[in-house]
Amino acid sequence: MAEIQIKNVAKRFGSYQALHDINLTIQDQEFMVLLGASGCGKTTLLRIIAGLETATEGEVWIGGRRVDHLPPKDRGIAMVFQNYAVFPHLTVFENIGFGLRMQKLPNDEVKRRVERTAGLMHIDQLLGRYSGELSGGQRQRVAVARALAMEPDVILMDEPLSNLDALLRMEMRAELKGVLAESNTTAIYVTHDQVEAMSMADRISVMHQGKIVQAASPIEVYRNPAAEFVAGFIGNPPMNFLPATPAGDGKWTVAGQILDGPSRTTPLHFAIRPEDLRPADTGLAATVKVVEPLGAHLLVTCSVDGALFRAVLDSDLTVRRGDTLTLAPQPDRVRWFDPETTLAVA
Amino acid sequence: MNARVLPYVLILPVTAFLCLFFLYPFVLVAKQAFSTGDGFTLDNFRQVVGYWKFPISLQNTLLLAAAVVPVQLALALLMATMVNKMQRGRDLVLYVWTIPLGISDLAAGIIWLAIFEQSGFLNSMLSGLGVVDRPVNFLSYQHPGVVFLAIALAEIWRATAIMLVILVAGIGLIPKEYYEAAEVFGASPWKRFTRITLPLLRPSLQTALVLRVILAFEVFAVVLALGGTLFPVLMSETYAYQFDLLDSGAAAAMALIILAISIGFTLIILRALRVPKGATI
Repeated sequence: MAEIQIKNVAKRFGSYQALHDINLTIQDQEFMVLLGASGCGKTTLLRIIAGLETATEGEVWIGGRRVDHLPPKDRGIAMVFQNYAVFPHLTVFENIGFGLRMQKLPNDEVKRRVERTAGLMHIDQLLGRYSGELSGGQRQRVAVARALAMEPDVILMDEPLSNLDALLRMEMRAELKGVLAESNTTAIYVTHDQVEAMSMADRISVMHQGKIVQAASPIEVYRNPAAEFVAGFIGNPPMNFLPATPAGDGKWTVAGQILDGPSRTTPLHFAIRPEDLRPADTGLAATVKVVEPLGAHLLVTCSVDGALFRAVLDSDLTVRRGDTLTLAPQPDRVRWFDPETTLAVA
Repeated sequence: MNARVLPYVLILPVTAFLCLFFLYPFVLVAKQAFSTGDGFTLDNFRQVVGYWKFPISLQNTLLLAAAVVPVQLALALLMATMVNKMQRGRDLVLYVWTIPLGISDLAAGIIWLAIFEQSGFLNSMLSGLGVVDRPVNFLSYQHPGVVFLAIALAEIWRATAIMLVILVAGIGLIPKEYYEAAEVFGASPWKRFTRITLPLLRPSLQTALVLRVILAFEVFAVVLALGGTLFPVLMSETYAYQFDLLDSGAAAAMALIILAISIGFTLIILRALRVPKGATI
């Protein structure tokens, strides 16, 4: 059992506040992704959990044990580093066995575990090589195998796939997810890549400016973003926003159209995902600026009431620059945000 | 200019300089060492090796190197690790520690002579404390151990910094991520030093040790200042052949013997600290 609890964790570097009062519980065997742009504090949070950084305030609990005063090796964790940190002076075998040697396990046990994890990561042919003789993808596999060989309660990963090319990244994504699911460990995975986050996570914590903005399942984060930041960060292309003014009785004026919305009297932001728009007889009048055929669908960038607006449409449609489309938002997919707090309004 | 020729043109001045002022004198010395006027002979070598002071000076040189170099290596590693851990004032400390490098070895010898001689600082202190009634002549034939100790101390003081600067640069090149990985995977500070720092420092250790060991076999001025003729070393014997006995053939033979010893130890160091085949450090 390795539930992770982060209680009121804050981190300051001098006068710079890197993390503000973080509270997060990660279930046993959950795959949690910390997602955010660079500088949002996600790596700092991971390093605090690892013990490579000390929190200015707050507590870290792993498996019901307070660990924030313990050195990394006593926390039951293993880590995969962004640049792999595969030791160049040791063979792949000794790299994978490094942690086991530090625990002074007998030779045959080290051999057994190294061979098992190397098999799992498909690098059993490389055990005698040095890291200088490996490709980036192979080094990545060694780094993961080294972590898995520890049979840790928790495995921490800091942008492990960011140095791989796109094709390899996609392949490793699926493989890593499979291997980790099998190993029954709790995983925390830091990334700035939303596709990685969406495809791998049980739950995503979206971070922004040292705070967790939303922690929820990928589909929840996608469908019901808790804040404008999440709506604008997740999804490619991101959500569209338009100003909305109250027209009374739960009706709202959006770009000259009357739409149903929450009962509020202050202006809101109307938000809709590009793929939740359909050409219809009534709807938002959009002037087409750019048309990008992407094969499976058509990405149309338009202007609605002077604002940038994107729609993902069926690729069978004939749309040309300068056309005026009437786009109807799917009613159950419309979201509303309070411009004051930037938070979602039900 | 042709890009294939240009590099050779650029290194030509240095090559010419080295040939003229190093290779040519070296050939002359070698010729002198292997001849006594009529053709090739090993007489010069037989003469210097057969002389009664040769075993003593060889032994003294080796003993001094064996005493000084390991201490310096340990000290330099310790100091380099400490400097590397410093957040602020790192450069200042490094400059202060390398001051002895800027002093000539004879001056260094004289500084330590001022401490150990009969009217020196050590005697003033000891008599001031009432430990001795009258000044002791530490650097005399009655105290060979003290003479050796004084020379070793002066050498350690003078030349540790040369290893230090090489090792500081080498340690600075080791990526921090390796230490973090080692820490996460359970390596204690000592294990991180022996399992990460030392192996990854091998190229720097090679350079530092080769340089220092060669210097140790060339030790001369410090020994002369503190030990005089009480502590003969290979280099002081070479000097004596050349300038006291005016026997340049014997001096050349001595010089070549020192060179051979230096090359031998260099090869041993390079071999002992070699990077395993395939590993890139």
